[in-house]
Amino acid sequence: MRTLRKFWIATIAALGVLASASSVADASYREQMKGLDEQVQEVKSDVLSIAAELARLEERLLYPSNTHLAVFIALAERDTLRLDAVQIQIDGQPVAHSIYSFKELEALQKGGVQRIYTGNVTTGEHQIEVSIAGKLDTGKDYARTEHFAFTKGIEPKLIGVTLGSSQLQLGDW
Amino acid sequence: MPRATLIVGLGLASALATGACASKDLRDLYFGEAVYYANQGHYFEALERLDAELALHKGVDEPQRDSLHYHIGEAEFSVGDFELYYRMHHRAGHAIKAVLEGAVDENVRNEAAYRLARIHFQKDQAADALVALDRITGKVPVAIRDDVEFLRANVYLALGRPGDAAAVLKRLQSAQSLTGFAAYNLGIAMLQEGREQDAISQLDRAGQLKVSDAGPLAIRDKSNMLLGKLMLEATDFPHAQQYFDRVRLDGPFSNQALLSSGWADVSSQNFERAVVPWSILAKREVTDAAVQEALLALPYAYSKLNVHGRAAVLYGDALKSFGEELNKVDASIKSIADGRFLKALVREELQQDKGWVIRLRTLPDSPETFYLMQLMASNDFQTALQNYLDLEELRKKMAGWQKSLDAYEDMIRLRKQNYDPLLPGIDSQFRELDAQIRLRMEQRNHLQQRLHQLLVEPRPDLLANTDERIALDRIHAVEQALEHAHGANVDQLKQRVKRLKGTITWTLYTTYPERLTEAHEHLNALNADIAVLTKQYQEFVRTRQAAEHSYLGYGETISRLRTRAAEALQNVNQLMAQQGHLIETVAIDELKNRRARLEVYQTQARYAVADSYDRAAKTQAAPAPEQAAPAGGGH
Repeated sequence: MRTLRKFWIATIAALGVLASASSVADASYREQMKGLDEQVQEVKSDVLSIAAELARLEERLLYPSNTHLAVFIALAERDTLRLDAVQIQIDGQPVAHSIYSFKELEALQKGGVQRIYTGNVTTGEHQIEVSIAGKLDTGKDYARTEHFAFTKGIEPKLIGVTLGSSQLQLGDW
Repeated sequence: MPRATLIVGLGLASALATGACASKDLRDLYFGEAVYYANQGHYFEALERLDAELALHKGVDEPQRDSLHYHIGEAEFSVGDFELYYRMHHRAGHAIKAVLEGAVDENVRNEAAYRLARIHFQKDQAADALVALDRITGKVPVAIRDDVEFLRANVYLALGRPGDAAAVLKRLQSAQSLTGFAAYNLGIAMLQEGREQDAISQLDRAGQLKVSDAGPLAIRDKSNMLLGKLMLEATDFPHAQQYFDRVRLDGPFSNQALLSSGWADVSSQNFERAVVPWSILAKREVTDAAVQEALLALPYAYSKLNVHGRAAVLYGDALKSFGEELNKVDASIKSIADGRFLKALVREELQQDKGWVIRLRTLPDSPETFYLMQLMASNDFQTALQNYLDLEELRKKMAGWQKSLDAYEDMIRLRKQNYDPLLPGIDSQFRELDAQIRLRMEQRNHLQQRLHQLLVEPRPDLLANTDERIALDRIHAVEQALEHAHGANVDQLKQRVKRLKGTITWTLYTTYPERLTEAHEHLNALNADIAVLTKQYQEFVRTRQAAEHSYLGYGETISRLRTRAAEALQNVNQLMAQQGHLIETVAIDELKNRRARLEVYQTQARYAVADSYDRAAKTQAAPAPEQAAPAGGGH
């Protein structure tokens, strides 16, 4: 039995040596990971700056200000509507639709605003149709469609649609 | 003390787990869009949008008229926040420092100082963290008041000032959001201070807290684990046993607790009792280090109870199991070396929720992840994994950008092809029209001036209509003819001409106001037509400019972007290779470590199985149990 005990002690000692060797290696890896982390931060910063310039180019090239139209979706504050889908038509043409995941819905409920459509329209009078589908807090299905008129001037046009269980509201920005 | 560090990590994680939130009266939709992305954890997109908005805001002549002006404080704060979440600590630090140095409200400044302190602390810069915390003065927002103090206590602990930490933590014992965390850390601070008895009492309290959330429950278990180990070290085995028994059987520390509980029993020579926790443990997931140790410890306890037959069978099972596990570890090492681990990491479906690291284990063809759960749970390794994933995202984005740039160039080429032959003809036509328009505009201006003059100096003759003007011309001609005429009727004719002229003059004078009004009405109608013409003119000019701007002047930007993106992509690829290699090396090292441990176990099991069979045979022949001294805790 004494032999068995010796074996246990040898086992523990062997494991102890392994553990200390591994902690030395850990420290070295930790330093390497830190060094790489610094470089990753730099490259992220660089890529973000490229993304910003690319976004400016894209806007100039694809959506010149005199025709630029952007439609945003927001949820009415403290509204209990469980939004499932939104569809947008401009001058009778479907231009955008979105089906909301739980994460996206939560992002809207927390005050986020979704840009659902970016496109081009001519200056002058236009119609926008907003259709939504969802569920009320009672569990009842809910669907609603509203039409709004808007005027596009020579500057970029931003339209914000606030969705709620009692009304859809168009805001001008 | 490593234990304290873990709780700090958990505390910060809970403090960071709050989403971004746009203010109620949103005036800038793009800021709202950045918040939308941030709320989904898409911090790159959030930063991309917010950086662009802030750059635009700074570039406008009158920033107070820009919609972001209403949210500028919030936006500058959010940039730092998003950068922090996107693990860009350097930039986040700069952004938060900028908020601190700006003329901001006391609440905002204090919150910024707190966040800056948090960044320093995460980067192991405890002294700088304390400097940032010392900048907090006056009113502190209620939402972060306890977090500030908790961070302060942790900074004191990191700086080796446990007395100061204990003083702060004592005040936090009633803070709801820190239940468990503050209690445990107070125990750690007391231990560091050398107040062992106070520490044990405090950890005892922390180990009995009535909590229900996962975090505080884990901390409660951890307190009991620590107490048990302290008691083991002090050879107070009954108490050690008591503390290990408090640890939940389904918590993250349950395997360790069961193992230690068995060792506490063995240490107090109670082998029969040690069999109970080890039997439970031996049936659990075999990749766990505690379970593997139990596979060996359980037959050891049986052998101490002189049940050598049972011990021999269990040693045999352990030997078989270690052999299988060694194969599994070898397969894992090979799999990692073949690059499968990194491939598994970048699978998109894994990253849908926060527990993706845990879900890695469920992947059918990723054996490597079985042995890496502990490693993957460590902060540094998770940062490395996240960085690898972030780099993969950047790589995908940039590959997409290269395609976008190709498409833009194509679009520009097609636009040029379309407009280049059209524009000269259009321009020439436009020049002709422009000359005509200018002439008509001059005529209108002249008319307007004359009508304006008539208001000051009435001239009825100027408002004569065509018939009247012809009649007057004829009268004038007759008058001239009569000047040189001779005859009897001349005077009579002159009288008639005079009457006729008088009639027209009378009409012109008496209808002058109506005529003047009518003339102005006509001018207004003309002005309306001119307005339509001007609008069309301007629209044409804008469209003409837009046509030119749609393909001219992009070459340099696109070429610069292409070069920058290519360079960045090269950097990303290089970093990914380095990061991936490091992850694989660390993972393989961890596996090799586990392999070495398994080999030690296997050797012992091989020896013990023979020994046990030998003893079983001897016992059968002449049963005479021998009691040996306990082997002691093995971890």
